[in-house]
Amino acid sequence: MISIRNVSKHYGKFQALKDCSTEVAKGEVIVVCGPSGSGKSTLIKCVNGLETFQQGEIVVDGTSVADRRTNLPKLRSRVGMVFQHFELFPHMSITENLVLAQAKVLGRGRDEAVAKGMKLLDRVGLRSQADKFPGQLSGGQQQRVAIARALAMDPICMLFDEPTSALDPEMINEVLDVMVELAREGMTMMCVTHEMGFARKVAHRVVFMDRGEIVEDAQKDEFFDRPRSERAQQFLSKILHH
Amino acid sequence: MYAFDWSSIPGALPFLWRGMKVTFEITVTAIAVGIAWGTVLAILRLSGNRALSWFAASYVNAFRSIPLVMVLLWFFLLVPAALERLFDIPRHEDTRLMSAMVAFALFEAAYYSEIIRAGIQSVSRGQASAALALGMTYAQAMRHVILPQAFRNMIPLLLTQGVILFQDTSLVYVSLLADFFGVATKVGDRDGRMVELLLFAGAVYFVISYVVSTLVRSLQRRLAT
Repeated sequence: MISIRNVSKHYGKFQALKDCSTEVAKGEVIVVCGPSGSGKSTLIKCVNGLETFQQGEIVVDGTSVADRRTNLPKLRSRVGMVFQHFELFPHMSITENLVLAQAKVLGRGRDEAVAKGMKLLDRVGLRSQADKFPGQLSGGQQQRVAIARALAMDPICMLFDEPTSALDPEMINEVLDVMVELAREGMTMMCVTHEMGFARKVAHRVVFMDRGEIVEDAQKDEFFDRPRSERAQQFLSKILHH
Repeated sequence: MYAFDWSSIPGALPFLWRGMKVTFEITVTAIAVGIAWGTVLAILRLSGNRALSWFAASYVNAFRSIPLVMVLLWFFLLVPAALERLFDIPRHEDTRLMSAMVAFALFEAAYYSEIIRAGIQSVSRGQASAALALGMTYAQAMRHVILPQAFRNMIPLLLTQGVILFQDTSLVYVSLLADFFGVATKVGDRDGRMVELLLFAGAVYFVISYVVSTLVRSLQRRLAT
């Protein structure tokens, strides 16, 4: 579904990504982790072309992201993305947030788009908040709306860029619960996250990055029980000790 | 001691009102066209296309580096000649109002575009990313996500610039156009009561500008909360 081949990116002399390669198969859940500044977010933003890269190739469902001939908006409309800071549109009600791209990008009629939006709001447990504005919701609620907004486009896969990093601890689980359910339904997911509990529960593979490189790309159990690289061992010991 | 005589003002009020309508007409047109054209300039400036960005930057710098009164004079002299050549409009036709509106709109667009550019940049990059990630084109993201938020942030500044523009319209006196200020000086000249008329005109400009500015400030407070 997502194929990342030898991708490198640099800003001037600074190398943000160094020869990264990995695959995400249909229905697979991949967790990308690593210390901050390791290039995880940059890598996941390359997948839907929000970031550019100089070398290598990324192919999503048979379409090359960096190809000039690719209709990038069309490709993005099929790839859902959830951001660290939610990025709901603050000048619109929750309903309008859910309807906007369905109407403008997919050309769905308003009734259909609203119905779809309500169904997904129901699913993330926020049907009653439909008429509120993003600013009136808690962080956890906003992130659940953001997930619903992405799902409203009927994506073929979902990208999560640190979806719980900006949340207060007591709100993390309500977002993770939605993600776990999504994973169990067979959604193809690539998640940048530090939530190792989530990784243990639903990930198939874990990709560990450090300084722009993919240091480890292993099956979940293998990664947690027998990490090969010293850097992954250090990272795990720091993150799992509390 | 100068003896004030205000008696020529009441009789002149209908003329003064007609002048004020011209002033409003120029102000409103220049604000509307200036914001529209200024938005285009701001988007070109931020487009990332080097040629378009250079064009917008040069336009803004050029108009901000020339005194307004000169721009007005050029337009009074050039626009009638251009119209005559292009559309066969005879020269004695009065195009002064039209050329004043065009000149103010083009001039103000340079200032508005800088306000709007700052407004666009005040919307976080994440908003654009989210819009693009949903499959919107750059134009759709601008129209539905970035600009509505940018304008909301900018309303007080845009109105304040409008108040400045309202005062600046008095510069059309160089073309002897009968705006509010022009009418006031004509009446003053006719009745030999220039001091009174100038004081009166100044008071009117002050009251209108002050009231609008106060409204803008209270609006600003409401938007901030």
